[in-house]
Amino acid sequence: MNDKTKSFFETLFSRKLVIVSALVILFFLLCAVASPVFATHDPDKQNLAEFLQGASSSHWLGTDQYGRDVYSRIVYGTRIAFLVGIFSVIMSGIFGTVLGLLSGYFGGWVDNVIMRLVEAIMAIPPLILALALVAILGRSTTMLTVVLAISNIPPFARMMRGQVLTVRDLDYVSASRIRGNRSLVTMLKHILPNCLSPMIVIMTQSIGNTILSEAALSFLGAGILPPTASWGAMVNDGYRYLTTNSLFALAPGFAIIVLVLAFNIFGDGLRDALDPRLRGAL
Amino acid sequence: MAKYIINRLLQTVVILLIISVIAFSLIHLVPGDPVYAMLGSEIPREYHDQVFHTMGLDKPLIEQYFFWLGNILKGDLGYSYYFRQSVAEVVANRLPTTLYLGIVSAVFSVILGIFFGIVTAVRRGSKTDSVITVLANIGIAMPTFWLAVILILIFGLNLKWLPVHGFTLPWVNLGLSVRQTIMPVICMSVGGIAIYARQTRSSMLEVIRQDYIRTARSKGLKESRIIYGHAVKNALIPILTLIGLTLRNSFGGSAIIETIFNITGLGQVMVMSLNNRDYTTLQTSLLLLATVTCICNLLVDIAYAYADPRIRLE
Repeated sequence: MNDKTKSFFETLFSRKLVIVSALVILFFLLCAVASPVFATHDPDKQNLAEFLQGASSSHWLGTDQYGRDVYSRIVYGTRIAFLVGIFSVIMSGIFGTVLGLLSGYFGGWVDNVIMRLVEAIMAIPPLILALALVAILGRSTTMLTVVLAISNIPPFARMMRGQVLTVRDLDYVSASRIRGNRSLVTMLKHILPNCLSPMIVIMTQSIGNTILSEAALSFLGAGILPPTASWGAMVNDGYRYLTTNSLFALAPGFAIIVLVLAFNIFGDGLRDALDPRLRGAL
Repeated sequence: MAKYIINRLLQTVVILLIISVIAFSLIHLVPGDPVYAMLGSEIPREYHDQVFHTMGLDKPLIEQYFFWLGNILKGDLGYSYYFRQSVAEVVANRLPTTLYLGIVSAVFSVILGIFFGIVTAVRRGSKTDSVITVLANIGIAMPTFWLAVILILIFGLNLKWLPVHGFTLPWVNLGLSVRQTIMPVICMSVGGIAIYARQTRSSMLEVIRQDYIRTARSKGLKESRIIYGHAVKNALIPILTLIGLTLRNSFGGSAIIETIFNITGLGQVMVMSLNNRDYTTLQTSLLLLATVTCICNLLVDIAYAYADPRIRLE
């Protein structure tokens, strides 16, 4: 490990809270990968004889309206949270980076067209935009990932554009241009690498938000299709039986908070380690 | 300044046109025949053709767009086949509710958020700072709908202090309105308060490091004078840009809050029209909320340029 990497990890893990959040993320990831190991029941198996029971030794968090084990469904719900959260952020990260790069590098009408489009999308409340896109693209885990990715592109593109503007006129970029390098080479070899750290930070910080959006869409019945377990959909189901088994609605929401909090704190830690100057800006 | 305002105004018009294209495309991007999608495939052929014609779907796409936009500008927002009344009526009844809730929660977010932000920045490293910062982080990570569920469970079902659904405008029945507004507004502003608190805190800490604050200190000014007379004013300028964002998010959040608390507002209309494939209503509501957001953004930008002369010259 070279000195730079070493100092990066030292700064990253200098705060206890960041270590804890990294461990929490790892734990949830483990739950997602090895759901059958952590779950006590089959998450989709209905048992109408045991519906809406409170917490007990066999059902730690009680059962839902079909007699399915709430704890096991929360464990399996981590899969959707990670799948949708991470993939959609990667997708929007790629598109946002490309758009921001083009916009910032070329300026002029390219910049104008891309930025007005970005601002137009940003003026539509993200949740409403996502709902409308679900109507067009249909409901499936893949489409949900795409939908959430689309609503995340604008802030990423703006961020990237801002970064490009700060390095575009620096000497090493001009040097690359004077050498006769094609725009593509200059963009990819000289500009992109110097704009990546803030992008990585903002992407990490967005994972939590995306998980929240997935939960919100599923809560509104426009997200993951049943019977697949999703935390948001569980809160929606459980909400109707608040007085019978309140854990059914409360426990999945708690899982959301813990995971989102962990991603946000880890994102902040990453920001401080990658580029302390970004503190306050991001 | 005038040049800046005209420039921003033109940009806003362009953005609104793009949004209108997006909203217009919606109905055409939905797979299948839009009339069958809206009214069900079992309707008689003649009825289908009639609706198809009334909606102008048999005309060329460009013509349809200008026809639609022209109608909207004239105030004719179309007919909602789900609500069985004109979209203008559907919207007119519900827009005030959504705007009211959105604006009230935005005001709460701004005031409380900035207050907590200043307190944590001034008492940096103290217990108050840690507690508020932790709470702010939780506030950002908490799903709105989950908070709503908890509040309903505690204050609605167990303590029976507050009504769990419905909404009345304050000028209709003030007492009932306030009681019905408390829980939705708490849910809608918690995230905003947390975001403002965080931003104000970091903005304040940034400003406190500046030379003019050091000058103020070395002049021997009182600490309170330095904070409230010099630091806060400058720290709040970047916070201004968040206001447009907050309103946009409250309007988006209204879809969830209005559904949970059974409030007949525009957010609920959007969810209902989406579930019942009432695309005419969806298009119009989308355009409407985006327009309100754009106008707010424009006002915020002008205020920003007024407060920070550097922006005008960019």
